[in-house]
Amino acid sequence: MKVLMLGWEFPPFISGGLGTACYGLTRAMSQCGTEIVFVLPRPIPNEYSSHVKMAGSGTVSVPVPVSSHAPEEDSPIAEQLSGPALFGNTEFSHVSFRTVPSLIQPYQTEESYQETLAKLREGSAGEALKKLGEQFGQALNIESLEQMGGNYGNDLYQEVQRYARIATLISREEEFDVVHAHDWMTYPAGIAVSALSGKPLVVHIHSTEFDRSGEDVNQMVYDIERQGLHYADKVIAVSHLTRNIVLSRYSVPESKVTVVYNAIERQGGFVKSTARSIENDEKIVLFLGRITMQKGPEYFIAAAKKVLEVMDNVKFVMAGSGDMARRMIELAAEMGIGHKVLFTGFLRGNDVDRIFRMADLFVMPSVSEPFGLVPLEALRNDVPVIISKQSGVSEVLNHALKVDFWDVNEMANKIVAVLRHPPLQETLREHGNFEVRKLSWEDAAKDCIEVYESVAAVPV
Amino acid sequence: MASVCFYFQVHQPNRLRRYSVFDKDHNYFDDYKNAKICRKVAGKCYLPANRLMLKLIERHQGQFKIAYSLTGTVLDQFEAFSPEVISTFHALAQTGCVEFLAETYYHSLSFLYSKEEFTEQVEMHKKRIMDLFGQEPNVFRDTELIYNNDVATWAKEAGFKGVVCEGADHILGYRSPNFLYTPPGENDIRLLLKNYRLSDDIAFRFSNQDWPEWPLTATKFSKWVSNVNGCGHTVNLFMDYETFGEHQWEDTGIFKFMEHLPQEVLRHPDNNFMLPSEVIDTFDPVGEYDVPWMTSWADVERDLSAWLGNAMQSNALHELYQLEKKVKDSGDPDILSDWRKLQTSDHFYYMCTKWFADGDVHKYFNPYDSPYDSYINFMNVLDNLQGRCRIAERETAELKDPSLEHV
Repeated sequence: MKVLMLGWEFPPFISGGLGTACYGLTRAMSQCGTEIVFVLPRPIPNEYSSHVKMAGSGTVSVPVPVSSHAPEEDSPIAEQLSGPALFGNTEFSHVSFRTVPSLIQPYQTEESYQETLAKLREGSAGEALKKLGEQFGQALNIESLEQMGGNYGNDLYQEVQRYARIATLISREEEFDVVHAHDWMTYPAGIAVSALSGKPLVVHIHSTEFDRSGEDVNQMVYDIERQGLHYADKVIAVSHLTRNIVLSRYSVPESKVTVVYNAIERQGGFVKSTARSIENDEKIVLFLGRITMQKGPEYFIAAAKKVLEVMDNVKFVMAGSGDMARRMIELAAEMGIGHKVLFTGFLRGNDVDRIFRMADLFVMPSVSEPFGLVPLEALRNDVPVIISKQSGVSEVLNHALKVDFWDVNEMANKIVAVLRHPPLQETLREHGNFEVRKLSWEDAAKDCIEVYESVAAVPV
Repeated sequence: MASVCFYFQVHQPNRLRRYSVFDKDHNYFDDYKNAKICRKVAGKCYLPANRLMLKLIERHQGQFKIAYSLTGTVLDQFEAFSPEVISTFHALAQTGCVEFLAETYYHSLSFLYSKEEFTEQVEMHKKRIMDLFGQEPNVFRDTELIYNNDVATWAKEAGFKGVVCEGADHILGYRSPNFLYTPPGENDIRLLLKNYRLSDDIAFRFSNQDWPEWPLTATKFSKWVSNVNGCGHTVNLFMDYETFGEHQWEDTGIFKFMEHLPQEVLRHPDNNFMLPSEVIDTFDPVGEYDVPWMTSWADVERDLSAWLGNAMQSNALHELYQLEKKVKDSGDPDILSDWRKLQTSDHFYYMCTKWFADGDVHKYFNPYDSPYDSYINFMNVLDNLQGRCRIAERETAELKDPSLEHV
């Protein structure tokens, strides 16, 4: 079985759960012996990923800039990397990576896309561009990028179409049995590749437009999602919550949609104990994620206000960035709890581990969360969690406290309980950590392979 | 001789309402839900089952006998929400073929935490049974058949002539539960051991279609009872009364099964039915049943882990009983009553994390979504009760304060 996988995020270029999920899934599939060609638009290194360097680029085949021909007639436009070379180990031995230079980033809106594009044109991203150029082994500027990809899209829609075009070209050079596309940005590519090759299409839905935008959906994105979901031979949803949205909002036939839950990488070794001194009895309640409408940050602050009515020795930390961050800082100040709510900005790498180690409790008040990987990370770090019932992860976690995202009184009630009663913390931690260890990407990979087998023409 | 000894446990807890840390009032219990459940179970189980038992006792003219243990909390609920259940129990008591056992009024775990409180609750319960049914219980059962040698010693000193307990394999070894036993070195008190296999055939497996013996008929069950002849004196069938109509729904045929059981059992000339105290008076003990650690009739473990298996449960129980002196010193009957209702073992059963993920019998009886929710709720209530005790304490201190005497 060989799979052409279309994704848009992959470590180290990552800004959210999608990349983590693709990483875990792909690695586990590779270990199951499935051959994978992973096509992804490598984003311009941005503020989120500029700290990481691409490891080992020995097998990079330098793309040939197009000059006189139309891009469609051109041979490799994308670079090819082998898994082992990229990650320096054998876990990805069955994976090869093909990347397309593109501005696509996950969780992107038309506005933020335009912003990035503008930045690029102004040259403020010159540094980043230069870095990318080094990886390609040639000097890069906006113009050469435009040449390479045909054109940098002037809007998000064009960008998605451009990715589809290049993915189609790549697909011509590869042999595969199934096309597997992750989230809407790659659906047009998935449809095109599937139509051209005649191979079945599996689309994976990590998040829907309704999760990202509530009722205020972007019609274009919705249309692309709908098209992909209907064209696909099978749909994989990350939870029953998401599956229900797919069924009710996109009218996809029930028999087509399978649920495959996400998992988490096992952590070697043990977690070091907190570095906090004994005198400091201040408790820390953590919010970690993008500060956007979808994640319900205002409910976190409202609950904080309630908690502070009955206890004093507690601080609320909001780690992450997003379009609502400013508003949240103002809100905390308006409520008179500004000194108790701390904002860290976007955390990465070691800082994430450190904040988990400091936290007494993690709260995920998401309004709509297709799955939600962060609670698993928290539990793996021995931090008890409160999650919203409107999350896919609440379908797999028993040893977590659950609340409706809008029920700030109950959220506060539970926060106080965890902070006040060490036995509660202890029981949640003990059972939660155990429960998380039972979730494995191997199982998720096997479930995906089963889906492939149900649509693929050739037996594995 | 095989004497069938039936004992049915009748109990309902006072379920708590959702009580958040921001609540300030003293209404801890969900009377609406408690009434609703009490009436529902009365309609499905207590009333039809009592009528059936009355009919059977009349039909067999004194040959069919049964014992009950009714907790104080369930009696209080019957009185408040469905008094007709009490009158049917009263009618049963009048037949002379029904024995009532003694236990703690609040179905509590007080034996483990406070002998003083425990003794008071047993006395309360005895008095209540005497008042309602005119019987002085002389066989004791502790909550959920919690038992060890100390329970027997206490019961002997309190004047009981027998204790019912679980016939646990790990204690019995090769021996049979179908005999009377004594605690080690005691000759003045007898132990009746539950035959859990035959009891569970009715209580748990009756409607299980995967069970090879399904469907269980009265004829088949009587044959198993008769098989005890020659290798036992008594078959102790102890189970929740809610088995009839609630755990096993009416359409499983459980009532029909029970209706035919007495005549099938009595068909064999060596069989009969006996009350627990009759078993004690009739047979000689065959050996010692030595239980140094706590056993119960719960789960496969037959230990305390259903109520004391995790840190939350032991913390909640510890905090609750630590309050005893303050509660009693307060002299406030409302505080005392609330504190005692909180002692009911069900509150701690809801906090059990054992098998929680698998979802089984624990979940069925649980009004909460998770053990954590139940612990949080309980601790919020307890916190409020502690506050009331503190206020009462301050008030009494002020009353006693000599500097305020002239005021």
